[in-house]
Amino acid sequence: MANNKVYLDFEKPIAELEAKLEEMIQMAKEKNTHSFDEAINSLKESIQKLKKETYSNLTPWQRVQLSRHPERPYTMDYIRALCEEFIELHGDRQVRDDKAIVGGFGRIGEQTIMFIGHQKGRNTKERQYRNFGMANPEGYRKALRLMRLAEKFDKPIVTLIDTPGAFPGMEAEERGQGEAIARNLREMFRIKVPIICIVIGEGASGGALGIAIGDRVYMLENTWYSVISPESCSSILWRSWDYKEQAAEALKLTAEDMLNNKLIDGIIPEPLGGAHQDPETTFQTVKEFILRDIETLKKEDTTQLLAARIDKFSRMGVFIENPA
Amino acid sequence: MSWFIRKEKNIQTPTEQKKEVPDGLWHKCGECKQVMLAADLRENAYTCLHCGFHERIGSKEYFELLFDGGVFTELNPNLESADPLQFVDSKPYPQRIKEAQAKTGLKDAVRTAYGKMNDIDIVIACMDFSFIGGSMGSVVGEKIARAIDFAREKRYPLLIISRSGGARMMEAGFSLMQMAKTSAKLALLDEAGVPYISLLTDPTTGGVTASFAMLGDFNIAEPQALIGFAGPRVIRETIGKDLPKGFQSSEFVLEHGFLDFIVDRKELKDQLTALLKMIWLS
Repeated sequence: MANNKVYLDFEKPIAELEAKLEEMIQMAKEKNTHSFDEAINSLKESIQKLKKETYSNLTPWQRVQLSRHPERPYTMDYIRALCEEFIELHGDRQVRDDKAIVGGFGRIGEQTIMFIGHQKGRNTKERQYRNFGMANPEGYRKALRLMRLAEKFDKPIVTLIDTPGAFPGMEAEERGQGEAIARNLREMFRIKVPIICIVIGEGASGGALGIAIGDRVYMLENTWYSVISPESCSSILWRSWDYKEQAAEALKLTAEDMLNNKLIDGIIPEPLGGAHQDPETTFQTVKEFILRDIETLKKEDTTQLLAARIDKFSRMGVFIENPA
Repeated sequence: MSWFIRKEKNIQTPTEQKKEVPDGLWHKCGECKQVMLAADLRENAYTCLHCGFHERIGSKEYFELLFDGGVFTELNPNLESADPLQFVDSKPYPQRIKEAQAKTGLKDAVRTAYGKMNDIDIVIACMDFSFIGGSMGSVVGEKIARAIDFAREKRYPLLIISRSGGARMMEAGFSLMQMAKTSAKLALLDEAGVPYISLLTDPTTGGVTASFAMLGDFNIAEPQALIGFAGPRVIRETIGKDLPKGFQSSEFVLEHGFLDFIVDRKELKDQLTALLKMIWLS
């Protein structure tokens, strides 16, 4: 067990036990004895039990925390792990290349796929370079350009969603952030190849939705997807940042809630404790979902595919219709 | 000059002794503060007689202004918000809805209707800002979606008048997906070749800007409206600087290439008619 792991606040009890375990193993090693074996094993069991307890009762806010875990796999990690080959493509052909959205053709076995996703950074420098995964209009325009390319060469599209929101900056407004997202929403309904969308971390509002119109929309188990972040919701409705836990509850933003409300098509399970605990397993699961769906969706007639895509989103919403 | 200086601090009149000007007779312009007769204001398409300021009006006034003789048929007037998330902040969502309904006499934040505008058949969806900030929840999304379908089936041109703070937080994920739903329907309308004019009025921000409001064949706006994706406060907090004057105004958005033109409300009906005559009736 590496001890430079990042633990979240609610993982503190696990951290303490894991530190103790490490100490014990170290001691046994130093003294070259097997007399601690029993204690070590029982401690390992307790840790496992505690983990199961902790992770099977996560609150919505804890899921939000996990979705932002600094060790969580990002878009490029998925692409690198899934594809045998990947050629990144840059630029919106108008203004510049947005580093917060990446994309390109990748190959899994015989299948070429257009991958597009928000990209976050791992350290301070990278985070700034990627603008914390907050895209400008040119990011959405690049995404649409790449989707059109995929359509031209009849390759399916996979989008990976992981953003705290579209960037709320001055230049973003000048270059039409609203228009860029709006156009993507409309155009993604008529891209004539299968689109699979997966929320791999944060799915905040229009910035997420701007690349999340698809024939299949999934959320990984420990992600969130809503119209606003719990923090912003708290600050607007309660006029303070202190109600983020409550806001996370109220927004029904977890994968389970979103599925129950028929706003997504399914949940992709994560290893115990989150995607970062065992990235390889996470990548494998995601790969299976993608390949399985591409097989199914490829067989569908294009007209049918597009009609079903529109129909699915058209049915979203709950209201009361009183007789006239 | 000491007689200019107030001796006591602040306003001393207790609230109950304050005198209210009766509603409906006089109107004081929100911008230039000049006073005019309410009847004159209405006559002037609810724009100030002195400075031209466009008052925030709602569906009732726009329908009156645009439909010939104020005659129209409302579509889906009986849709009302449910409470799918059992959302409670400072008060439960259903209570918020009821209070807004009582205050405004409206069912929700949009009304949709069809009728004649200078003898042209037209479908108009108009948002009401007075209803929870014109926020878009399931009802707004559904009514706009149905209005778009209606326009497509009848092949009537569509006008959507936006005035909205964006998403309705109390419907969270449902609210978000209304952006997708309305955009999907607009894709179909576009394919059918039926014209869609989007009129952006003060204010149009958030999820409404990032969906149907920016998707017109023609995006037009009233003068000096606030139009943007992120609100000014959020941007100010992000960049840590004050925003330049006129940032996110209609004029600014026009200058940056996202509007076709700005239209004075007094000219709105004639301008829309002229445009539709050129592209739709000839």
